[in-house]
Amino acid sequence: MSKIFAVSAVVIKELYRRKDFYVLFILTALITLATWLMNFFHDDHVVRFIKEICLGLIWIATLVIAVTTAARQIPAERESRTIFPLLAKPIARWQVLIGKFLGCWLATGFALLVFYVFFALVSASREHTLHGPAYLQAFWLHWQMLGIIVAMTLLGSVVLTPAANMTVIFIVTLGILSMGGFLHLVSQHMTEPSATIVTVIYYVIPHFELFNISELIIHDWPVAGWLDVLGLTGYGLFYSAFFLLAACLVFRRKALN
Amino acid sequence: MWRGRLTLILLLECCFCLGAWLMPRHRARHNANEPTQSTLASSLGEGRKMIADYFAVQADVYFHSGYYPSVFEEARAQEEQESDISHPENGKEKKETGFMGPPQDWIDRFSRHFRPSRHTHLEGNAVDEMLPWLKLSAELDPQRVQSYMVTDYWLRALGKSTEAEDFVRLGLRANPRSPDLLFALGQIYFEDRQDYFRAKNLFIAAKKAWHKRDDSKPAISKNGEETKDYLLLERTLGSLIKLEETTGHPEEAVRYLQELKPDAADPEGVQKRIDELQAKIKGQSGVTR
Repeated sequence: MSKIFAVSAVVIKELYRRKDFYVLFILTALITLATWLMNFFHDDHVVRFIKEICLGLIWIATLVIAVTTAARQIPAERESRTIFPLLAKPIARWQVLIGKFLGCWLATGFALLVFYVFFALVSASREHTLHGPAYLQAFWLHWQMLGIIVAMTLLGSVVLTPAANMTVIFIVTLGILSMGGFLHLVSQHMTEPSATIVTVIYYVIPHFELFNISELIIHDWPVAGWLDVLGLTGYGLFYSAFFLLAACLVFRRKALN
Repeated sequence: MWRGRLTLILLLECCFCLGAWLMPRHRARHNANEPTQSTLASSLGEGRKMIADYFAVQADVYFHSGYYPSVFEEARAQEEQESDISHPENGKEKKETGFMGPPQDWIDRFSRHFRPSRHTHLEGNAVDEMLPWLKLSAELDPQRVQSYMVTDYWLRALGKSTEAEDFVRLGLRANPRSPDLLFALGQIYFEDRQDYFRAKNLFIAAKKAWHKRDDSKPAISKNGEETKDYLLLERTLGSLIKLEETTGHPEEAVRYLQELKPDAADPEGVQKRIDELQAKIKGQSGVTR
């Protein structure tokens, strides 16, 4: 376990040495503050619009951070040939991969936490109240979803080139987020065999849209049940484990030179 | 050395001259195509109308607190038939399934725990949450009169008559002969300011603009073409009638009622009102004698 943590610590250090996070955070903060300063009929109470813009930016920024961080872990090690001295140490390939996953997931979680603290401050400045449990749920579920994406990206990184991997992951993620929940409706209007194929896809894909509770946050709906959140956490961990296992199996037999 | 510097200065001068010659032309062409001064609208080009529509829908989404069907949930039309959107759930009277219908599978059922699944409307001062989307929609597509009308309605509901007037005037600048906007402005002067003189002028202008716009349109659409907006005419004439009654001119009110009668949804009701007013006028003239 200490070997996995050692690898993950390097990944976390890498994130705060890189500029991506800072640039994305400053961009998010600037756009949100610009929205905050906008005058809508001399009304100081408008908050849902600001929350929507801020959450949208957080989703985009953290998705970019998660995918770009995870996609270059293994290819960068191979290109710089640091993978050989690393594997020469008493560490298995699966441990390297799990260490990379853990590092990426924790680093993304840290970035996500900063974003959500900023979001909470912005919304509290207008609402004069802090919806702690709701924001905690939103953060937690968002982080679980990023875990699946990190695992998916690591699987892609041992199969595809970094550019292809990032492109595929972005398309798949955005596709699932926007359409994943409606595939069963789409399949009803299709003929066979397309209907069956789409239905199978609907049941097989990880439903990222489940982890997005932005609508509840923006429109001040009550928080989701904690048991449901626990169930969804299990769902997320299951998919993360599946992609991670697949990545380990591919990486185990992968020629590195 | 000197030759290089001189060439550089010459090139800079050429750039400046070309810039000074091109910029006014570009601005003139730009203004001709796009009367709006909004940076957002300018940067989005022709796609702005589509985004303006999306923003207007977003305002409606906010009005329903996020409980809104997606493009995939085709039951939107069905929900409208059931008058679901206009009559939200009142307490325990009705168990609403709305556009979602019963869950189709476990994923569908589970997903409903994480998104709004009950139909409500924004109430009181909370309706101001819709206004940013409506303002942006109008900014992106200034010819979209509906955005100004809806915004005017909600601003007045919030007691922001001055803001409503400013916004409607902004709309009139982009749509100078819009009967809807002239009527909306008349309503502000009539109901909020009690400035009857200006209100009457605006209602008459709205009536004239309506005839100019809608007289050539068919009453009933045969092939999906735009039809006469009788509702607006009725509302304009209705406001004129009310105004004349308020200012003590029942004869004028009768004249507008007679004008309204042929196009009214309830001609018998209008006739009844005419009879009432005429009786009132006779009574008044009897008292005067």
